[in-house]
Amino acid sequence: MDIVTLSRLQFGLTTVYHFLFVPLTLGLSWFVAYFQTRYYQTRDEDFRKLAKFWGKLFLINFAIGVVTGIVQEFQFGMNWSEYSRYVGDIFGAPLAIEALMAFFMESTFLGIWIFGENKIPEKAHLASIWLVAIGSNLSALWILLANGWMQHPVGYVINEVNGRAELVDFFALATNPKGWLFFWHTIAAGFTAASFLILGVSAYHIFRKQNVKLFKISFHTASIVGLIASTLVFFGGHTNGQFMYETQPMKFAAIEAHWETSSAAPFSIITIGDLSGKQEIWSLRIPYVLSFLACNNFTCEVKGTDDIQAEYEALYGPGDYVPLIVVTYWAFRIMMTIGLLMMALTALFLLATRGKYENAKWMKWVPWVIALPYLANSSGWILTEMGRQPWLVQGLLKVEDGVSPNLTVVDLWISIIGYTLVYGALAVAMVYLMKKYIKAGPDAALHESVDVAPTLVGSQE
Amino acid sequence: MSYELLQTIWFILIAVLWIVFFILEGFDFGVGMLLPFLGKKDEERRAIINAIGPTWDGNEVWLLTAGGATFAAFPHWYATMFSGFYLALFLLVIGLIIRGISFEYRSKDANPKWRHTFDWMISIGSFICALLLGTAFTNLAHGLPINADMIYTGNLFTLLNPYSLLGGVTMVAVFLLYGATFLTLKLEGELRERAREFSKNLYVLAAIVVVLLAFFTYTSTDITTKIGINPGFTPLATIVVILVTTFFINRKMEGWAFLSVATHILLTQVSFFTLMFPRVMISNLNPEWSLTIYNASSSQYTLGVMSIVALIFVPIILAYQGWAYYIFRKRISTDKKTLVY
Repeated sequence: MDIVTLSRLQFGLTTVYHFLFVPLTLGLSWFVAYFQTRYYQTRDEDFRKLAKFWGKLFLINFAIGVVTGIVQEFQFGMNWSEYSRYVGDIFGAPLAIEALMAFFMESTFLGIWIFGENKIPEKAHLASIWLVAIGSNLSALWILLANGWMQHPVGYVINEVNGRAELVDFFALATNPKGWLFFWHTIAAGFTAASFLILGVSAYHIFRKQNVKLFKISFHTASIVGLIASTLVFFGGHTNGQFMYETQPMKFAAIEAHWETSSAAPFSIITIGDLSGKQEIWSLRIPYVLSFLACNNFTCEVKGTDDIQAEYEALYGPGDYVPLIVVTYWAFRIMMTIGLLMMALTALFLLATRGKYENAKWMKWVPWVIALPYLANSSGWILTEMGRQPWLVQGLLKVEDGVSPNLTVVDLWISIIGYTLVYGALAVAMVYLMKKYIKAGPDAALHESVDVAPTLVGSQE
Repeated sequence: MSYELLQTIWFILIAVLWIVFFILEGFDFGVGMLLPFLGKKDEERRAIINAIGPTWDGNEVWLLTAGGATFAAFPHWYATMFSGFYLALFLLVIGLIIRGISFEYRSKDANPKWRHTFDWMISIGSFICALLLGTAFTNLAHGLPINADMIYTGNLFTLLNPYSLLGGVTMVAVFLLYGATFLTLKLEGELRERAREFSKNLYVLAAIVVVLLAFFTYTSTDITTKIGINPGFTPLATIVVILVTTFFINRKMEGWAFLSVATHILLTQVSFFTLMFPRVMISNLNPEWSLTIYNASSSQYTLGVMSIVALIFVPIILAYQGWAYYIFRKRISTDKKTLVY
């Protein structure tokens, strides 16, 4: 493999991995803040236990999100130096603002929240978890505005002298509709991910008749939040799709395997392609639906990949402008199917909470739903990023022109193998701790460690 | 504001970000490296981690901000440095990852093997970070093979020249001393005295390598042509400050000892950035090919926007980080009831 392919592979691996942890951080922080606030208002010990219990899980997850985030910030320069030169005038700004506005806030106040209990007034301690939640979500905003610019560049000119893109309108960058649509979609996905973790873990304990009262509070809260959030994810995604239809027609056509331009465009239920991943053998389609999804109108024209390819060749010169359709097509279908499934599940869970669901047999299977948001979130990013291929910045810079020219294949294999090993070890430790703290339950979370084998170490409480 | 003035301001601002990072995270790295050597029992190690626990993560953000600000203000500097130092930065990132995760995970399981492993990962991770950052900074002063297209043409071994390795060792030694003086200031009882003994020994190592590094800076950088044989006040003060630290350590003036190492780090960085200015990456193939604040920077508009952003947020950050230090100003005892985690 060449350095472009390897650099893409590494970026994909590290980014998808990083984003396994981010949505949970984004969503779970609000739940912890909410339960701690309820305790502050009601003095009900149950809420204190809930804040502590979900807080522990939040911390175990948060740590990996933070450390893998360092790689994210560094690898633009490390692996994509020509990209960094070309767009740094624009793209660097949201990254720097993210650090100044969000990273400092979440890290500093998380430290205060963990260590500050009983050292600072309770109100300040409560405020600090809210600031952690606000900080992490603000960080999502700025990185998504940065990514939004790569999908839909705004507020820039190409400087003819030095041949790079330069910022001329910061306001346009900060209000880029693409970035804000991503933000809507992502924050809602974060709430959904947190809701599904809470639903799954709560069901685990309720089914085992442990702390039923506490976990019924959690289950009920998470099914309400999960239903609202997954609905917002759906509408955010839909709006995103319509914006994509206008601004990235190739990506839109590619995720639908829509080859030929048509009015009353059909929506593909299933398409079987050949081994190139870019040709169709057989498909099943419903007419009109794709047009409706694209522009709320059953007969609007949806351009196909063949026509856009010809158009782009005329505009940008020869080359293959069609993304790997087999990936975008299936990633989209996985994401959407799971998204709809999550809406349906949360609606059912919410209905169930009106009855005596704690004794229901199906509760045994609920913990498996924890996996759903992970699959949907990863698929979503894979289709977003791979759907933009061959562009790094839509219409401005191709992926092959963005890579660091000084790197060797050996450099890249060293880092890919290194990251994979370290990230693998992190995942093992994280899953081990998560399982341990989940099983130990809320009473144990009140103590510093859930281990109860004083002979093992000198410092048990 | 004129373009040149903005470029100078941003050079200074990025220098400030690095300086604050080294002053704050420097003792965190030192404490991390010392952890398994200084702490024998589990609660001792926990007390040591508690001394930096609430603030280390916030301190590390200064590094991320320095990276982000370099990207925003000097994209070519960011691109050339980060791609040029590829494997070194890969190792730095691994160091930061294993250290960061270990602070959070080490006390979440009582198995002594688990804790022992993470304690050593904190130590090794901190060591890797200090060594590589020191090596990287001395390489910047030393000059690097950068071609006319601003592209680094060396490899990892180019970075491992004796002068830069000495720079790496110096940063390790100074941070070890810094960490030991910090712990003398933050801990109580026997552990505090042990940290004081460590700082006495580490002082000797730090003083020797600092003087050596200063000497070799004459032979390995262009200081004589750029500044002259007489380096001026700041570099000389850098040496003096590290030399007088022994006085404070021996007199048990631990606050002063800590402050004097901090001042040494501050002055070292000021000397470094003065030597670099207005260059940001020195080409040793051809001085014309060096990256400077003029040919590596963002547009005037972007620098202007970022100045406003920095003007708003940096004071706020300093205020709440200062508050965090104020909250956790008390000494840490090894009494289990007061330890967190």
